[in-house]
Amino acid sequence: MANKLHLRVVTPTGQFYDGSCDMVIMKTIDGDTGVLYGHQPLTTILDLGCLRILDEGSEKKSTLMGGFAKVNSEGLTIISDAAEWPGDIDIERAEKSRQRATERLEGTSKGTSEVDHSRAEAALKRAVLRIDIAGVEK
Amino acid sequence: MASMRDIKRRIKSVNSTRQITKAMNLVASSKLNRAKARLEGTKPFAEETRKVIAEIGAAAGGLNNSLFAVEPKGNKALVIVLTGDKGLCGGYNINVCKEAQALCQGKDAKLITVGSKGRDYFKRRDIPIDKSVVGISERFEYGDAAALGERALKLYREGEFDAVYLVCTKYISSISSAPKTVRLLPVNPREFEGEADANSLVLYEPSEETVLEYIVPKYVDTVIYGGLVEASVCELGARMTAMDAATDNADEMLADLNLLYNRVRQSAITNEITEIVSGSNALSQ
Repeated sequence: MANKLHLRVVTPTGQFYDGSCDMVIMKTIDGDTGVLYGHQPLTTILDLGCLRILDEGSEKKSTLMGGFAKVNSEGLTIISDAAEWPGDIDIERAEKSRQRATERLEGTSKGTSEVDHSRAEAALKRAVLRIDIAGVEK
Repeated sequence: MASMRDIKRRIKSVNSTRQITKAMNLVASSKLNRAKARLEGTKPFAEETRKVIAEIGAAAGGLNNSLFAVEPKGNKALVIVLTGDKGLCGGYNINVCKEAQALCQGKDAKLITVGSKGRDYFKRRDIPIDKSVVGISERFEYGDAAALGERALKLYREGEFDAVYLVCTKYISSISSAPKTVRLLPVNPREFEGEADANSLVLYEPSEETVLEYIVPKYVDTVIYGGLVEASVCELGARMTAMDAATDNADEMLADLNLLYNRVRQSAITNEITEIVSGSNALSQ
Protein backbone atom coordinates (compact mmCIF):
# COMPACT_ATOMS: atom_id res chain seq x y z
CA MET A 1 0.00 0.00 0.00
CA ALA A 2 1.21 3.40 -0.86
CA ASN A 3 2.03 5.86 1.84
CA LYS A 4 -0.67 8.31 2.76
CA LEU A 5 -0.48 12.02 3.14
CA HIS A 6 -1.41 13.34 6.53
CA LEU A 7 -3.61 16.42 6.34
CA ARG A 8 -4.49 18.83 9.10
CA VAL A 9 -6.71 21.85 8.62
CA VAL A 10 -6.82 24.30 11.51
CA THR A 11 -8.99 27.40 11.81
CA PRO A 12 -9.36 29.95 14.62
CA THR A 13 -12.41 28.11 15.90
CA GLY A 14 -10.71 24.75 16.15
CA GLN A 15 -9.33 21.84 14.21
CA PHE A 16 -11.38 21.35 11.06
CA TYR A 17 -9.82 18.19 9.68
CA ASP A 18 -7.21 15.74 10.88
CA GLY A 19 -6.64 12.55 8.92
CA SER A 20 -4.83 10.85 6.10
CA CYS A 21 -5.67 10.81 2.41
CA ASP A 22 -4.14 10.10 -1.00
CA MET A 23 -4.05 13.58 -2.39
CA VAL A 24 -5.05 17.13 -1.56
CA ILE A 25 -5.86 19.77 -4.15
CA MET A 26 -6.02 23.33 -2.93
CA LYS A 27 -6.13 26.71 -4.55
CA THR A 28 -3.01 28.79 -3.97
CA ILE A 29 -2.64 32.33 -5.22
CA ASP A 30 -0.78 30.89 -8.21
CA GLY A 31 -3.54 28.43 -9.06
CA ASP A 32 -4.58 24.93 -8.11
CA THR A 33 -1.87 22.85 -6.50
CA GLY A 34 -2.00 19.15 -5.75
CA VAL A 35 -0.03 17.66 -2.89
CA LEU A 36 0.89 13.98 -2.66
CA TYR A 37 2.79 12.04 -0.03
CA GLY A 38 6.44 13.01 0.10
CA HIS A 39 6.06 16.47 -1.37
CA GLN A 40 9.06 18.68 -0.78
CA PRO A 41 8.82 21.15 2.13
CA LEU A 42 6.76 24.09 0.97
CA THR A 43 5.04 27.12 2.41
CA THR A 44 2.54 28.87 0.24
CA ILE A 45 -0.35 31.29 0.39
CA LEU A 46 -3.88 30.16 -0.33
CA ASP A 47 -6.58 31.99 -2.17
CA LEU A 48 -10.28 31.77 -1.46
CA GLY A 49 -11.17 28.49 -3.02
CA CYS A 50 -12.15 24.90 -2.84
CA LEU A 51 -10.25 22.28 -0.90
CA ARG A 52 -10.45 18.80 -2.38
CA ILE A 53 -9.43 15.77 -0.37
CA LEU A 54 -9.03 12.62 -2.47
CA ASP A 55 -8.93 9.30 -0.72
CA GLU A 56 -9.35 5.81 -2.22
CA GLY A 57 -11.40 6.96 -5.14
CA SER A 58 -13.76 9.15 -3.15
CA GLU A 59 -13.54 12.90 -2.96
CA LYS A 60 -14.46 15.33 -0.22
CA LYS A 61 -14.86 19.01 -0.86
CA SER A 62 -14.90 21.99 1.44
CA THR A 63 -14.53 25.74 1.23
CA LEU A 64 -11.29 27.34 2.31
CA MET A 65 -11.25 31.05 3.06
CA GLY A 66 -7.64 31.88 2.37
CA GLY A 67 -4.78 31.30 4.74
CA PHE A 68 -1.61 29.40 4.09
CA ALA A 69 -0.39 25.85 3.68
CA LYS A 70 2.75 24.23 4.94
CA VAL A 71 4.22 20.92 3.83
CA ASN A 72 6.88 19.24 5.90
CA SER A 73 7.90 15.73 6.87
CA GLU A 74 4.77 15.38 9.02
CA GLY A 75 2.47 16.10 6.14
CA LEU A 76 0.36 18.99 5.01
CA THR A 77 -0.94 21.60 7.44
CA ILE A 78 -3.43 24.17 6.26
CA ILE A 79 -4.01 27.23 8.40
CA SER A 80 -7.10 29.02 7.25
CA ASP A 81 -9.41 31.79 8.43
CA ALA A 82 -12.41 29.55 7.94
CA ALA A 83 -13.43 26.29 6.33
CA GLU A 84 -16.74 24.50 6.01
CA TRP A 85 -18.21 21.34 4.51
CA PRO A 86 -20.94 21.75 1.88
CA GLY A 87 -23.54 20.45 4.31
CA ASP A 88 -22.72 23.16 6.84
CA ILE A 89 -23.18 26.04 4.43
CA ASP A 90 -26.21 28.21 4.94
CA ILE A 91 -27.16 28.79 1.31
CA GLU A 92 -29.79 31.38 2.09
CA ARG A 93 -27.34 33.43 4.07
CA ALA A 94 -24.72 33.14 1.34
CA GLU A 95 -27.27 34.19 -1.27
CA LYS A 96 -28.25 37.19 0.81
CA SER A 97 -24.67 38.27 1.35
CA ARG A 98 -24.04 37.85 -2.37
CA GLN A 99 -26.89 40.22 -3.13
CA ARG A 100 -25.74 42.66 -0.50
CA ALA A 101 -22.19 42.64 -1.82
CA THR A 102 -23.35 43.09 -5.41
CA GLU A 103 -25.47 46.05 -4.44
CA ARG A 104 -22.63 47.56 -2.52
CA LEU A 105 -20.24 47.11 -5.41
CA GLU A 106 -22.61 48.84 -7.75
CA GLY A 107 -23.09 51.61 -5.22
CA THR A 108 -19.42 52.14 -4.48
CA SER A 109 -18.23 52.16 -8.04
CA LYS A 110 -19.09 55.86 -8.13
CA GLY A 111 -15.99 56.83 -6.24
CA THR A 112 -16.48 55.90 -2.59
CA SER A 113 -13.67 54.59 -0.47
CA GLU A 114 -11.41 51.91 -1.81
CA VAL A 115 -11.54 49.95 1.41
CA ASP A 116 -15.30 49.46 1.19
CA HIS A 117 -14.93 48.39 -2.39
CA SER A 118 -12.34 45.74 -1.69
CA ARG A 119 -14.32 44.55 1.32
CA ALA A 120 -17.46 44.14 -0.72
CA GLU A 121 -15.45 42.35 -3.37
CA ALA A 122 -14.06 39.91 -0.81
CA ALA A 123 -17.53 39.33 0.60
CA LEU A 124 -18.86 38.66 -2.88
CA LYS A 125 -16.07 36.17 -3.58
CA ARG A 126 -16.79 34.33 -0.35
CA ALA A 127 -20.50 34.19 -1.04
CA VAL A 128 -20.03 32.93 -4.59
CA LEU A 129 -17.61 30.27 -3.40
CA ARG A 130 -20.03 29.09 -0.75
CA ILE A 131 -22.88 28.87 -3.21
CA ASP A 132 -20.68 26.99 -5.68
CA ILE A 133 -19.50 24.43 -3.18
CA ALA A 134 -22.92 23.95 -1.66
CA GLY A 135 -24.37 23.57 -5.15
CA VAL A 136 -21.93 20.78 -6.01
CA GLU A 137 -23.31 18.69 -3.21
CA LYS A 138 -26.89 18.75 -4.53
CA MET B 1 -28.97 50.08 69.56
CA ALA B 2 -30.68 49.68 66.20
CA SER B 3 -34.33 48.92 66.25
CA MET B 4 -35.72 45.57 65.20
CA ARG B 5 -37.25 47.09 62.11
CA ASP B 6 -33.94 48.57 60.97
CA ILE B 7 -32.16 45.27 61.38
CA LYS B 8 -34.86 43.42 59.55
CA ARG B 9 -34.59 45.84 56.64
CA ARG B 10 -30.84 45.43 56.59
CA ILE B 11 -31.14 41.65 56.50
CA LYS B 12 -33.52 41.87 53.59
CA SER B 13 -31.21 44.10 51.58
CA VAL B 14 -28.11 41.98 52.23
CA ASN B 15 -30.07 38.91 51.28
CA SER B 16 -31.17 40.33 47.96
CA THR B 17 -27.59 41.39 47.15
CA ARG B 18 -26.49 37.89 48.01
CA GLN B 19 -28.98 36.45 45.57
CA ILE B 20 -27.58 38.64 42.81
CA THR B 21 -23.97 37.80 43.51
CA LYS B 22 -24.82 34.12 43.73
CA ALA B 23 -26.60 34.24 40.37
CA MET B 24 -23.71 36.14 38.78
CA ASN B 25 -21.32 33.55 40.12
CA LEU B 26 -23.31 30.74 38.54
CA VAL B 27 -23.66 32.54 35.22
CA ALA B 28 -19.94 33.32 35.13
CA SER B 29 -18.95 29.75 35.91
CA SER B 30 -21.16 28.29 33.18
CA LYS B 31 -19.88 30.84 30.67
CA LEU B 32 -16.36 30.11 31.83
CA ASN B 33 -16.66 26.50 30.77
CA ARG B 34 -17.71 27.52 27.28
CA ALA B 35 -14.93 30.10 27.04
CA LYS B 36 -12.39 27.53 28.17
CA ALA B 37 -13.47 25.16 25.41
CA ARG B 38 -13.02 28.02 22.97
CA LEU B 39 -9.55 28.68 24.30
CA GLU B 40 -8.67 25.03 23.75
CA GLY B 41 -10.02 25.25 20.21
CA THR B 42 -7.82 28.18 19.25
CA LYS B 43 -4.65 26.55 20.49
CA PRO B 44 -3.74 24.45 17.44
CA PHE B 45 -4.29 27.44 15.17
CA ALA B 46 -2.09 29.72 17.24
CA GLU B 47 0.62 27.09 17.56
CA GLU B 48 0.74 26.36 13.83
CA THR B 49 0.90 30.02 12.91
CA ARG B 50 3.68 30.51 15.41
CA LYS B 51 5.63 27.61 13.95
CA VAL B 52 5.41 28.98 10.44
CA ILE B 53 6.50 32.42 11.62
CA ALA B 54 9.42 30.83 13.46
CA GLU B 55 10.54 28.94 10.38
CA ILE B 56 10.14 31.82 8.04
CA GLY B 57 11.71 34.18 10.54
CA ALA B 58 14.76 31.94 10.74
CA ALA B 59 14.91 31.71 6.97
CA ALA B 60 14.33 35.41 6.59
CA GLY B 61 17.08 36.31 9.02
CA GLY B 62 18.98 37.89 6.20
CA LEU B 63 15.95 39.57 4.73
CA ASN B 64 15.81 43.22 5.41
CA ASN B 65 12.16 43.59 6.26
CA SER B 66 10.70 46.40 8.33
CA LEU B 67 8.36 43.94 10.02
CA PHE B 68 11.24 42.18 11.73
CA ALA B 69 13.54 43.79 14.28
CA VAL B 70 15.01 42.90 17.61
CA GLU B 71 14.38 46.39 19.01
CA PRO B 72 11.89 49.00 17.82
CA LYS B 73 13.70 51.90 16.23
CA GLY B 74 11.82 54.69 17.94
CA ASN B 75 9.71 55.68 20.88
CA LYS B 76 6.29 55.99 19.31
CA ALA B 77 4.18 53.09 20.49
CA LEU B 78 0.70 51.90 19.79
CA VAL B 79 -0.73 49.94 22.70
CA ILE B 80 -3.75 47.72 22.28
CA VAL B 81 -5.43 47.15 25.64
CA LEU B 82 -7.96 44.37 26.10
CA THR B 83 -10.41 44.97 28.95
CA GLY B 84 -13.99 44.05 29.70
CA ASP B 85 -17.21 46.02 29.30
CA LYS B 86 -18.52 45.12 32.73
CA GLY B 87 -17.23 45.53 36.23
CA LEU B 88 -17.80 43.32 39.26
CA CYS B 89 -14.86 41.13 38.45
CA GLY B 90 -12.34 42.03 41.13
CA GLY B 91 -9.12 43.59 39.94
CA TYR B 92 -9.31 42.21 36.40
CA ASN B 93 -9.82 45.46 34.48
CA ILE B 94 -7.70 47.63 36.72
CA ASN B 95 -4.74 45.24 36.55
CA VAL B 96 -4.68 45.33 32.76
CA CYS B 97 -5.03 49.11 32.71
CA LYS B 98 -2.20 49.56 35.19
CA GLU B 99 0.06 47.33 33.16
CA ALA B 100 -0.72 49.32 30.03
CA GLN B 101 -0.17 52.61 31.82
CA ALA B 102 3.21 51.44 33.06
CA LEU B 103 4.09 50.45 29.50
CA CYS B 104 3.09 53.88 28.20
CA GLN B 105 5.36 55.63 30.67
CA GLY B 106 8.30 57.23 28.96
CA LYS B 107 6.91 56.45 25.54
CA ASP B 108 5.10 58.56 23.04
CA ALA B 109 2.14 56.25 23.22
CA LYS B 110 -1.36 56.07 21.84
CA LEU B 111 -3.94 53.47 22.68
CA ILE B 112 -6.49 51.26 21.08
CA THR B 113 -8.84 50.13 23.82
CA VAL B 114 -11.19 47.21 23.72
CA GLY B 115 -13.93 47.29 26.32
CA SER B 116 -15.56 50.28 28.01
CA LYS B 117 -13.57 49.89 31.22
CA GLY B 118 -10.27 50.50 29.47
CA ARG B 119 -11.68 53.41 27.50
CA ASP B 120 -12.97 55.13 30.64
CA TYR B 121 -9.76 54.52 32.57
CA PHE B 122 -7.53 56.15 29.98
CA LYS B 123 -9.96 58.92 29.16
CA ARG B 124 -9.92 59.97 32.79
CA ARG B 125 -6.13 60.05 32.74
CA ASP B 126 -5.91 61.99 29.48
CA ILE B 127 -3.85 59.38 27.69
CA PRO B 128 -4.55 59.72 23.96
CA ILE B 129 -6.80 57.05 22.50
CA ASP B 130 -6.60 56.30 18.82
CA LYS B 131 -9.66 54.13 18.70
CA SER B 132 -11.91 52.42 21.19
CA VAL B 133 -14.00 49.37 20.55
CA VAL B 134 -16.77 48.41 22.93
CA GLY B 135 -19.25 45.58 23.10
CA ILE B 136 -17.02 42.84 21.76
CA SER B 137 -15.41 41.59 24.96
CA GLU B 138 -17.93 38.83 25.32
CA ARG B 139 -19.09 38.35 21.77
CA PHE B 140 -16.30 38.62 19.29
CA GLU B 141 -15.28 36.86 16.15
CA TYR B 142 -12.07 36.40 14.28
CA GLY B 143 -13.08 39.31 12.09
CA ASP B 144 -12.98 41.70 15.05
CA ALA B 145 -9.39 40.72 15.76
CA ALA B 146 -8.55 41.01 12.07
CA ALA B 147 -9.96 44.55 11.96
CA LEU B 148 -7.81 45.59 14.91
CA GLY B 149 -4.76 43.92 13.39
CA GLU B 150 -5.36 45.60 10.06
CA ARG B 151 -5.51 49.02 11.66
CA ALA B 152 -2.41 48.46 13.78
CA LEU B 153 -0.46 47.21 10.79
CA LYS B 154 -1.57 50.10 8.61
CA LEU B 155 -0.46 52.69 11.17
CA TYR B 156 2.81 50.84 11.67
CA ARG B 157 3.51 50.71 7.95
CA GLU B 158 2.75 54.39 7.53
CA GLY B 159 5.39 55.13 10.11
CA GLU B 160 2.90 56.53 12.59
CA PHE B 161 4.29 54.19 15.24
CA ASP B 162 7.57 52.37 15.76
CA ALA B 163 6.11 49.51 17.75
CA VAL B 164 2.79 47.87 18.48
CA TYR B 165 2.08 46.22 21.81
CA LEU B 166 -0.78 44.13 23.05
CA VAL B 167 -1.67 44.24 26.74
CA CYS B 168 -4.02 41.51 27.85
CA THR B 169 -4.44 38.96 30.58
CA LYS B 170 -2.67 35.66 30.85
CA TYR B 171 -4.74 32.73 31.95
CA ILE B 172 -3.09 30.73 34.71
CA SER B 173 -6.06 28.95 36.26
CA SER B 174 -9.75 29.64 36.79
CA ILE B 175 -8.94 31.56 39.93
CA SER B 176 -5.74 33.25 38.92
CA SER B 177 -4.58 35.35 36.02
CA ALA B 178 -1.99 38.04 35.46
CA PRO B 179 -1.64 40.91 32.98
CA LYS B 180 0.90 40.43 30.23
CA THR B 181 2.43 42.46 27.46
CA VAL B 182 3.25 41.12 24.01
CA ARG B 183 5.10 43.03 21.35
CA LEU B 184 3.29 42.48 18.08
CA LEU B 185 5.40 44.61 15.79
CA PRO B 186 8.12 44.62 14.81
CA VAL B 187 8.28 40.87 15.20
CA ASN B 188 11.28 39.92 17.26
CA PRO B 189 13.06 37.05 15.49
CA ARG B 190 14.98 36.21 18.68
CA GLU B 191 11.75 35.30 20.40
CA PHE B 192 11.39 32.30 18.14
CA GLU B 193 14.97 31.08 18.32
CA GLY B 194 15.20 27.36 18.71
CA GLU B 195 11.60 26.76 17.70
CA ALA B 196 12.29 26.25 14.01
CA ASP B 197 13.95 23.32 12.29
CA ALA B 198 17.12 25.07 11.33
CA ASN B 199 18.06 22.72 8.54
CA SER B 200 14.74 22.67 6.76
CA LEU B 201 15.05 23.62 3.14
CA VAL B 202 11.64 25.01 2.52
CA LEU B 203 10.31 26.21 -0.78
CA TYR B 204 8.32 29.42 -0.58
CA GLU B 205 5.74 30.05 -3.22
CA PRO B 206 5.47 32.50 -4.91
CA SER B 207 8.47 33.98 -3.02
CA GLU B 208 9.83 34.31 0.48
CA GLU B 209 9.08 37.99 0.54
CA THR B 210 5.45 37.57 -0.55
CA VAL B 211 4.81 34.80 1.93
CA LEU B 212 6.33 36.88 4.68
CA GLU B 213 4.24 39.90 3.76
CA TYR B 214 1.17 37.71 3.95
CA ILE B 215 1.94 35.76 7.08
CA VAL B 216 3.02 38.57 9.40
CA PRO B 217 -0.40 40.28 9.31
CA LYS B 218 -1.99 36.87 9.85
CA TYR B 219 0.28 36.33 12.81
CA VAL B 220 -0.72 39.70 14.29
CA ASP B 221 -4.41 38.86 13.86
CA THR B 222 -3.88 35.49 15.45
CA VAL B 223 -2.15 36.91 18.48
CA ILE B 224 -4.90 39.50 18.94
CA TYR B 225 -7.59 36.87 18.55
CA GLY B 226 -5.80 34.60 21.01
CA GLY B 227 -5.56 37.56 23.38
CA LEU B 228 -9.28 38.22 23.12
CA VAL B 229 -10.14 34.60 23.79
CA GLU B 230 -7.77 34.37 26.70
CA ALA B 231 -8.95 37.68 28.14
CA SER B 232 -12.58 36.57 28.04
CA VAL B 233 -11.70 33.43 29.98
CA CYS B 234 -9.79 35.49 32.53
CA GLU B 235 -12.61 38.00 32.89
CA LEU B 236 -15.13 35.27 33.60
CA GLY B 237 -12.74 33.54 35.97
CA ALA B 238 -12.15 36.79 37.83
CA ARG B 239 -15.87 37.50 37.98
CA MET B 240 -16.59 34.04 39.28
CA THR B 241 -14.00 34.39 42.03
CA ALA B 242 -15.11 37.90 42.96
CA MET B 243 -18.77 36.91 43.11
CA ASP B 244 -17.96 33.82 45.13
CA ALA B 245 -16.15 35.96 47.67
CA ALA B 246 -19.04 38.44 47.70
CA THR B 247 -21.52 35.66 48.36
CA ASP B 248 -19.39 34.37 51.23
CA ASN B 249 -19.19 37.87 52.67
CA ALA B 250 -22.94 38.28 52.41
CA ASP B 251 -23.41 34.96 54.22
CA GLU B 252 -21.17 36.15 57.01
CA MET B 253 -23.00 39.46 57.29
CA LEU B 254 -26.33 37.67 57.37
CA ALA B 255 -25.18 35.43 60.21
CA ASP B 256 -24.03 38.46 62.23
CA LEU B 257 -27.21 40.39 61.52
CA ASN B 258 -29.39 37.45 62.47
CA LEU B 259 -27.56 37.12 65.77
CA LEU B 260 -27.98 40.81 66.45
CA TYR B 261 -31.64 40.65 65.48
CA ASN B 262 -32.31 37.78 67.87
CA ARG B 263 -30.50 39.54 70.66
CA VAL B 264 -32.50 42.74 70.18
CA ARG B 265 -35.73 40.76 70.03
CA GLN B 266 -34.84 38.90 73.23
CA SER B 267 -34.02 42.09 75.06
CA ALA B 268 -37.29 43.62 73.90
CA ILE B 269 -39.21 40.61 75.26
CA THR B 270 -37.34 40.74 78.56
CA ASN B 271 -38.07 44.39 78.79
CA GLU B 272 -41.77 43.83 78.26
CA ILE B 273 -41.95 41.04 80.86
CA THR B 274 -40.19 43.24 83.38
CA GLU B 275 -42.68 46.00 82.73
CA ILE B 276 -45.70 43.69 83.10
CA VAL B 277 -44.38 42.09 86.28
CA SER B 278 -43.54 45.38 87.88
CA GLY B 279 -46.92 46.75 86.80
CA SER B 280 -48.86 43.89 88.36
CA ASN B 281 -46.72 44.08 91.50
CA ALA B 282 -47.64 47.73 91.85
CA LEU B 283 -51.35 46.93 91.45
CA SER B 284 -51.43 44.09 94.00
CA GLN B 285 -49.82 46.22 96.68
